[in-house]
Amino acid sequence: MSTATTPLARPAPDPGAAKDRARRRRRAIGSRSPWFHVFMIPFTLAWITPMVFVLVVAFRSFDDLVSRGLSALPASLSLEGFATALSAGGIAGSLRNSVIVTVFAVVASLFLASMAAYALSRYRIPLRNAILLVMLAGNLLPPQILLIPVSKIAEGLGIYDTLLALIVVQVGFGLGFYTFVLHGFMRSLPDEVFEAARIDGAGPIRIYAQIVLPLCRPSLAALTALATTWIFNDLIWAMTVLRTETNFPITAALLNLQGGFVSQWNVVAAGSIMAAVPTAIVFFIFQKQFVSGLMVGTSK
Amino acid sequence: MLRRVPWVVWLFLLIPLAAEVFWVFWPALNSFSLSLTRWNGIGAAEPVGLGNYVDLWNDPIFRTALRNNVIWVVGFGGLSVLGGLTLAVLLNRPGRGIGIYRSAIYLPMVFSLAVTGLFWRVMYQPAGLVNTALGAVGLGSWERQWLADPDVALYAVLIAAVWRQVGYIMVLYLAGLKGVDPALEEAAAMDGANRRQRFFSIVMPQLRGVNAVVFAVTVIDSLRTFDIVWAMTRGGPYNSTQLLSTYMFEQGFTLVNLGYGSAIAVVIFALAIVFIITYLVRSIRQED
Repeated sequence: MSTATTPLARPAPDPGAAKDRARRRRRAIGSRSPWFHVFMIPFTLAWITPMVFVLVVAFRSFDDLVSRGLSALPASLSLEGFATALSAGGIAGSLRNSVIVTVFAVVASLFLASMAAYALSRYRIPLRNAILLVMLAGNLLPPQILLIPVSKIAEGLGIYDTLLALIVVQVGFGLGFYTFVLHGFMRSLPDEVFEAARIDGAGPIRIYAQIVLPLCRPSLAALTALATTWIFNDLIWAMTVLRTETNFPITAALLNLQGGFVSQWNVVAAGSIMAAVPTAIVFFIFQKQFVSGLMVGTSK
Repeated sequence: MLRRVPWVVWLFLLIPLAAEVFWVFWPALNSFSLSLTRWNGIGAAEPVGLGNYVDLWNDPIFRTALRNNVIWVVGFGGLSVLGGLTLAVLLNRPGRGIGIYRSAIYLPMVFSLAVTGLFWRVMYQPAGLVNTALGAVGLGSWERQWLADPDVALYAVLIAAVWRQVGYIMVLYLAGLKGVDPALEEAAAMDGANRRQRFFSIVMPQLRGVNAVVFAVTVIDSLRTFDIVWAMTRGGPYNSTQLLSTYMFEQGFTLVNLGYGSAIAVVIFALAIVFIITYLVRSIRQED
């Protein structure tokens, strides 16, 4: 990756000039100008300012906000905003809903997607490439084209306004992308492994469970990180299939909080911090998988 | 690959496929037929042919939403690509502090758009940090009610959306830059090409693939944009931040004009399909 350490290809006739040229070239490509950090440090600080600001507001009391102004430094810290958001704002219940939906939807999506990817990548199913593309295309559709019929279908099945509806919709909509990524990975697994398992008498289910899934662990980890944040962060599907506040996941509950606690910015800020922390934790623990997951989907 | 497909493997494929057909393709088809009706969700839908589309054409709010969506594609896409690419180039090679810079820029990408919207709502309050900072640097005359002013509200929301998107675009370009052959750039440097020449003549052509993906992803994302506008302005004030997606939601769910809402959804689909195909074509090429 680093061009600075690339050795010179061939010795130059004049060692002094070569060294000089190498140094110049190194400066040209390899090293950074000292101005780099002079620019990057303030830039990065400015970049994180909105998060820091909201974090500070979340820890101020309402009295402090009113008396000293929204942008003032806090006179004292208080957990009032968090307490109000959790209890009166219903954030506690909505966090629980979000966790339930996310866990079930992620597990079900990856389970189903890995099954489809296994079938499409290891067996000569007619039109398998077309099927794969159509599945991926489904995930790329603008959700708007699905919203009205999906809410009607959920009503028709009698699951409208339940967490189950949100889970199945999330699974159906996400499947295409997960299948596509897993298919790419499974196709690259060496044939010999499957050959050997087959000679040992393993059937398709055993091969899938005992060979394919364990080998796919890296892609599954990347997709888990991605899917967790996507599903946890979703708002539009929740607004499409849910109506009762007690069923809302955190994103939808936050918007209600904003309406219910107008100008109580410490409560709103505390609520959004609590909605942001879970995905931030997932990101920091699985940063590598998360980033590689994003890359897998778009450009290898 | 096995030629004979056992029945259980068919099930492996058909169960997930059925789930997607039922929850994605079937509803999508329904939207098309719904868009040819007038329906308030109760009783029978009244067929009106292309009436909804004619009404859309004459609907000033729809036109505003369409215009805003164009501004959104150009502004949101342009700024996040410019920012993401610049940062990717700056932070491509490892070095002191690079990990911290990268993480700081990635971080907003993991927040939901609803959270991002609320963060920036707090920032944009009359006494919020944006106005306070402007006052502090002597630009007090620029202070305003960012989200209540129809002239600037759309751009205020757009900045918040870009803040979250830049990290994602940076990831894509960092991946692309890994595939750029350093020897070519070195050779050009030896021949006396300066930084700018090397970037535009050597590096950019090698990023063509990533550019295509970024372009498609950005346009698709722009047409889908909903959450952040809903969280910050709900399309207001006076519909000045209405996008196609928010107007569709308002018509379909708030006002329960299911046929009219579906017609807007079909328009969004029609605008997105070209870019979806671009993305798919690119994906097939990678698969092979």
